[in-house]
Parts: sequence; structure tokens; C-alpha cells
Amino acid sequence: MSGIPHDHYEPRTSGEKWLNRRLPVVGLLYDTLMIPTPKNLNWMWIWGIVLVFALVLQIATGIVLVMHYTPHVDMAFASVEHIMRNVNGGFMLRYLHANGASLFFFAVYLHIFRGLYYGSYKAPREVTWIIGMLIYLLMMATGFMGYVLPWGQMSFHGTAVITGLFGAIPFVGDSIQTWLLGAGAVGQPALNRFFSLHYLLPFVITGLVVVHVWAFHSTGNNNPTGVEVRRTSKAEAEKDTLPFWPYFVIKDLFALAVILIVFFGIVAYMPNFLGHPDNYVEANPLATPSHIVPEWYFLPFYAILRAFTADVWVVMFANWVTFGIVDAKFFGVLAMFGAIAVMALAPWLDTSSVRSGRYRPMFKWWFALLVVDFVVLMWVGAMPAEGIYPYIALIGATYWFAYFLVILPLLGVFERPLTPPSTIEEDFAAHYSAHTGGTKTVVNPAE
Amino acid sequence: MLKKLALSALLGLSALGTGTAALAAGEAHVEDFDFPFEGPFGSYDPLQLQRGLKIYTEVCAACHGLQYLSYRNLSEEGGPMLPEDQMRAYAAQYEVFDETLADGQGDYRPATPADRFGRSAVANAPDLSLMAKARAGFHGPYGLGINQILYGMGGPEYIASLMVGYEEAPECAIGNEPAGFYYNTAFANGSVPDSCRDEHGHVTIEGSWIAMPPPLLGEDVVFDDGHENDLHHEAADVAAFLMWTAEPHLNARKAAGMQGMIFLVILAALLYLTNKRLWAPHKTRVERDH
Amino acid sequence: MAHADEHEPGTGTRRDFIYYATAGAGAVIAGAAIWPLVNQMNPSADVQALSSIRVDLSGVAEGTQLTVLFQGKPVFIRNRTAGEIEAANGVDVASLPDPLSQNENIDVSAPATDANRALPPFGAEGDVDSPWLVMWGVCTHLGCVPLGEQGDFGGWFCPCHGSHYDTAGRIRRGPAPLNLPIPLVEFVDETTIQLG
Repeated sequence: MSGIPHDHYEPRTSGEKWLNRRLPVVGLLYDTLMIPTPKNLNWMWIWGIVLVFALVLQIATGIVLVMHYTPHVDMAFASVEHIMRNVNGGFMLRYLHANGASLFFFAVYLHIFRGLYYGSYKAPREVTWIIGMLIYLLMMATGFMGYVLPWGQMSFHGTAVITGLFGAIPFVGDSIQTWLLGAGAVGQPALNRFFSLHYLLPFVITGLVVVHVWAFHSTGNNNPTGVEVRRTSKAEAEKDTLPFWPYFVIKDLFALAVILIVFFGIVAYMPNFLGHPDNYVEANPLATPSHIVPEWYFLPFYAILRAFTADVWVVMFANWVTFGIVDAKFFGVLAMFGAIAVMALAPWLDTSSVRSGRYRPMFKWWFALLVVDFVVLMWVGAMPAEGIYPYIALIGATYWFAYFLVILPLLGVFERPLTPPSTIEEDFAAHYSAHTGGTKTVVNPAE
Repeated sequence: MLKKLALSALLGLSALGTGTAALAAGEAHVEDFDFPFEGPFGSYDPLQLQRGLKIYTEVCAACHGLQYLSYRNLSEEGGPMLPEDQMRAYAAQYEVFDETLADGQGDYRPATPADRFGRSAVANAPDLSLMAKARAGFHGPYGLGINQILYGMGGPEYIASLMVGYEEAPECAIGNEPAGFYYNTAFANGSVPDSCRDEHGHVTIEGSWIAMPPPLLGEDVVFDDGHENDLHHEAADVAAFLMWTAEPHLNARKAAGMQGMIFLVILAALLYLTNKRLWAPHKTRVERDH
Repeated sequence: MAHADEHEPGTGTRRDFIYYATAGAGAVIAGAAIWPLVNQMNPSADVQALSSIRVDLSGVAEGTQLTVLFQGKPVFIRNRTAGEIEAANGVDVASLPDPLSQNENIDVSAPATDANRALPPFGAEGDVDSPWLVMWGVCTHLGCVPLGEQGDFGGWFCPCHGSHYDTAGRIRRGPAPLNLPIPLVEFVDETTIQLG
């Protein structure tokens, strides 16, 4: 599958040959599992496995929760309580599922920022990046619709707010919102269809994950140096790589186990910390919670959504240019989706000749600022929109766009990058011979 | 005005409601009670839950329901663990409507262990089954959730603080007290007279006015074992009971978490060793081979 | 792990042990993770709570019958008269179409004597004649609900296809193959029985 030369599966017995002529599935699995992987991958390359685990966890726990859940406005809340109280181990399954969403987004954000720092989005991996962005969008849609299902106060009023975003679209907004909800307001039609889609989308995500993996197996993994694996011969390629199994599988599983210790601690000892108390109150269309906050993983984009108020000059300008069609509300929606769109366009906005941020002295600082910006936006998204908070959100949102639309293109011109090592082997050797004097190196001869 | 536009952009529904609610919610005083079910090894004290059940039955139940709780839960592991005959007798005090009786006409019969507690008897009295999870006692600072990490979510603390939080109205409210309401230092979302707000509309006092009259005054119930029944103890006991009704499997959850974490620590250690040995020849090859 | 072995000729058993221990621990944890997914399909606590009910018999006078709904099916509880018990005792078990007791509380394949079918009174020891007969009210032929105090043997009669049961609920004539089965039941006090 990969462009990197390596050993392929050879059917030996007559039975293997028989199957291989008809369905070369063993060969496909072998090539996928034994793919040559740059041996200098660091600990930021573990999030892919964590994400696969999170997807499997969510699908497995989700399927069994559906066996006890009732998607009806009068029964949904009670059926969740039924799961929590009566179903064997149901409280654990539900808490795993609810906190599993947080694990999923935690891992995906680290995975995305890993890609942004090491230039994993740059040619020839643009398709991998774009597919990843699609997966991220579908994750957000799935997460949002899943939050509706317990039919608590936050579910109900959060749905009204989020579908209200589509209502901000000029001319057709109201029709779209009505179409989404199947009614003028959130109710039984919305709950039923969100339940259906919440069950469907994870399988679409699974399909896209396969394509995502296929894409980067075709180009080969990126690595911390951003230098490509040598592919002129198998012997040379083997100096830069090791097979995925067992080297990276075991390494990733170790990292996964450590992360799961923390995850299990949260599920067992503070399962409701990342949730909202109002969602333990059954949905009531007549009373809105005093402070509507989305789940933490939506907060940065929620902050961008409400950063652009009518007194911001960009908004006033957009309003004037479009003869009032783009108002502050619609501008906020555009900004929120735009914040994700500019991230998806990173492969074409980054003009630097060097791929990895490790060899880009100026880029490093701008990138660090972007990470800080993301955290600040997340925090300000949870704050009420009053006092100083809208200004912080506006500054944060401005930097987010500036990073992708101005800084990335200009850095390629102004920055003088360092010279990356010529091969992965060189980087790997430098890393380990430099740091492993003494005890660490003599582990093996002793055996 | 501009802020309100921003709010309408983000909230879609009621910009004004949200804006004023944010202003209305003043500070509230939530005391950090020391409950036996706190911490990784904490678990419910069945005797405390039984006392709480008694307080609920004799005081709260007059208005508030527990619709998600079944009578059989009272005897289950990790709860008040009432002996089965006592639990059956407790259930039999109540009547439920059974639609299978009287040839499908339905009729009332004494409740059995499988039946649920009733719903609230008074329209504006919320159901209490989930109250301890539907309220967070601890917040801030600045929404960072630090207090929640340190002290827990504070649901039962909130309930207990509400029970002991009835006080004389502060000076600023004298003459302006909302009629039929009671001043409570733990209740943040109630009404506050304008005389207790500053010029920006921010509340200058702790707590607000609540419609519920003080439910506990101290020595409201007498416990068979002679346990203390002053207001503070009663408040803690009924809050612990309501925590159990909200999270009946807390003991089992913590046990499962501990098991899972021990397993994972062992697996992680083994994987660490496997990984180290697997990579060792490659990480040292440069020095050994060349 | 073939790849790893190639690079290390002088392999030690200690290294192998670590590999096997890791694989073993992984398998145990995977198994432990699958169990909750399987177990959640077993009857939940609310269903289990309904798998056993108590019935108060204080209002069931001699010669009358109470029908209760248990697990979605009718259960006949009859306080039989002395004459009915006598009639039931006077039958040769070997001559019955179904000579087995069909009583879950004792051995299902015990002989279908009246003592083996009736529910002993509270605190009774050994074989005593009991007025209490508790059995599923579902005809063993095609599942209709038989009518009480009817039929050629003074017991139950199924109107669907004409099966006659006697005063101990045993099939005597008609297409039904088996005696009316007896559910798990016991007295918990003088006047209360527990089904299930």
C-alpha cells in the first residue's frame, strides 16, 4: 500500500494461496499492520491509537445504551435514569459514554495541534488533513446530537441555541431551522431524528477513519523532522523505519494504558465534573437555565461565535458592504465555521519550505501563541458575555484568523529556517547516541 | 444594548432573560460539609441514609416526590440497607394505582417493593430524586472549576447549606421583603429587592429569597438510636440521603473504578517493560554495531 | 513478534516472560471489558423486582378461586373444598394421560398425586392434604385460559378445544398433553404466598 519499499505478504500453504487469489484480505491486513513507520516518532504520535480506542469505546457503549434508551420526549429522561439505576452496570456504561466524548475531543485536539506543529498537513498529506477535518466536523455534529438525547435542561435549550445558528442565515435561515427541527421549536421530531443521526454518524466517521489511514499509509507517516523516508531501496528504507507491529503498537498501547488510568479515575471519582448540573433537570420549554454553556470541547468556537458583536468594525463593514444582509448574528456564525475552514486550508496557507516546526525558529513562537489562544478562547467561552470577556474573545478570535490567514503565509517569506537532518536515521541516531550514555545503552549485551 | 445584541446572536432565544439572570445570580454561601461518601474511598453510611430517609418521610415528603426511586432500593446494597421486612412495611404505608386490578378498570392497592416513590404533591415543589446532582454548590474562581476539583460538585453541600441557610433578612431588605418568601443565604437564584442591589443591578447580599418555608428547625424528628437531631445534623443527614437517591450506585462505581485503575496500572507497567525491551536493540544499535 | 526476535539472538526467558505476562494481562483486561457489555442484556433490576410477587390469600374463602397476573400470564390460586381434595386423591396416577406432577417446587417428574401438586400450608411438614392449589392458568394444549369449576371432572375446562382438567389441575380428557404446570411458590406467612 505504501510507497515505501518493504516486505509483502507471501501466501505459503495451498489454503492461503486459495484464499489470496480470491480475496487478498490477509495481505491487506499484513501490509497495513507491518507498514514501515519512521522510527523517530515521538510521544505526540500516540493520539491516533487513542482516537481509534475512543471511537470503538463510544460505539460499543453507545450500542448497548440504545438497548435501554427511549427516544421520546416523555420517556427519554426517565429511560436514562433507568439506565443509571436498574440496568446491570448501566451507570458505568453511561458515564463511560458521556466522559468518552471528552476523551475523544481531548485526543483529537492534541492530534490536530501535533499536525499543525510538525507540518503534517503539508504536501503530500493534504488529503489526509482534509479527511481529518471532515472527521472532526462529524465528531462535533455527533457530540452535539448525543448531548440532546438525555433530554435535560441543557440538552433542550442548547439544541435551541445551536439550531438557532442556522436560523441566522439570511433569507433561508428560518426554513432551514424548521427543516432541521421538523417543527417550529425543539420537540419530539428533533429528538427522534437526532437519535437516528447520533447512531448513524459514528459509522460514517469509522468509514472516514479508514480513508484517513489509507491516505497517510499511501504517503507514509510524517515524523518530527518532517524529512521523508528514503525509498530508493528496501535496505535504505529500513534504516529509517521499523514496522508498525510490534514497535509502534506496543508503544501506543502503553501510552493508551496510561491515559486510560486517568480516564478511569475521572469516570469513577468525578463522572459529572465535565457535565452540567442543569442536565439532571428534565427538559422544560418554559424555563431556561440562567447560563447556557456548551460542552467544554465546543467552547473555543463558541467564544469565536460570540466575539463578533455589532460594535466591531469588521462586522459593521460587512454589514455595510452587503447592504445589511450580513448582521452580527450571521457574521458570528460565519466566523465560527470560518475558524474551522481556515484550519482546513492550512496546507495551502503555509508557504514555508520546511515542514517541521522544530526547524522553524519564528514559527515556534507563533504556534505556541496559537495554543495559548486556543486555551484562552476555551476559558472565555465558558464566561458570561459581559464585562471584559467579549474583548478577550475578540482578541483571541482575531489571533486565530491572523495565524492562519496572515502569519502562516508570511512566515514562509520572512523566516530563515534551520537545516533539518538529511535522513530520519541521522535524527534517530543523534537523539539516542547523544542522550543514552551509561546505563541506558548497556541493557542488552547483559542478556 | 450592544451586549444584548451579542447575546441574542449566541443564545437565539432569550437575550434579556440570560442577561438579567446573570445579574440576578448573586453570591451564595455554601458550607463545605464533611460527608462520609467523599473521596476515592468514601462510601455511604447506611445509618446516616436511614436517618435521612426518616427526615424525608416525616418532613420533605409532604411536598416533594422521589419519582425515580423504588421502595426496593431501600434494601439494596450500597443504600440505607433497610431489612427487607421493614422495607416492605414502609412501602405498604403508601397506595399506588394499579391499572391491572378490577378487570382492567384499575384500583388502588398498597405499594410493593417494585413500586416507585410518589411524585411531588405540590406543583412548585421540585422532585428531589436527582436534586443532589442537579445543583452544584461549588464554582469559581472565574469558571475554572478549581473549587469543584478540590471539594467535589457540592450538590449535597448545597442542599445541607440550604437547610441551615434561613436567616433574618439583611438590613437593606427591611420593609422591602418579597411577600411570602424567606431569606436564605445559600439560595442564589431567587428574587432580591432592589434595595439590596447596587447601581449596576448587582446583588450586594449573600443569597436571596426562596418560596419554601424553613423545612427543618432542629429536633423535627426523633431517631430510635438517640442520634443527635439538631438542625445541622438533620441537614447533613437528609442531604446525604438525597445524594444517595441521586447516585444510588456510588459505592459500586468507586469500587469498579479502583479495580479498573489497578488493572490498568499493572498493564501499563508491563507494556512499559515490553516496549523498553522491544526498542532497546534499535536505540543502541548505532553505538554497538558501528 | 517475529521481528523483534530476529534482532536478538541470545534471547532470555525473562524477556519472554514479560511478553507473555503483557499478552496475558491484555487478554484479561479485554475480557473484563467485554463482560459489562454482555451482562447489561440480562434482566435489569426493575424487571427482576417483578419476577417475584406476593399475594394475600386472606380473602380467598374455601371453594373460591383467585386469578392473579404474574409475569404476564394468569395464575390460578384455588382454596379447594374437602370434596375436591377427596376426588383428586381418588384417582389412580398410573391411569392419567400425564402421570407427572409438573411441579417446579419438587421434582417435575414426581408422580402426579394430589399431595405432589397442592401447595402445603404455612409451616407444614411432610405429606399433608392441602386445600391450596396454585398453578399457571394456561392450557397446555394451545395456550387458552381454562374456565374454573367446569368440565367433566369438576376442575377446569378449556373452551377452545375441550380439554378437561380435574380438581388437582391434571389433564383427564381432551387434546392437552400435560397437567397445568405449577410455578415456584411458597407461603411466607399464614396468609401470604410468594410467587417466583
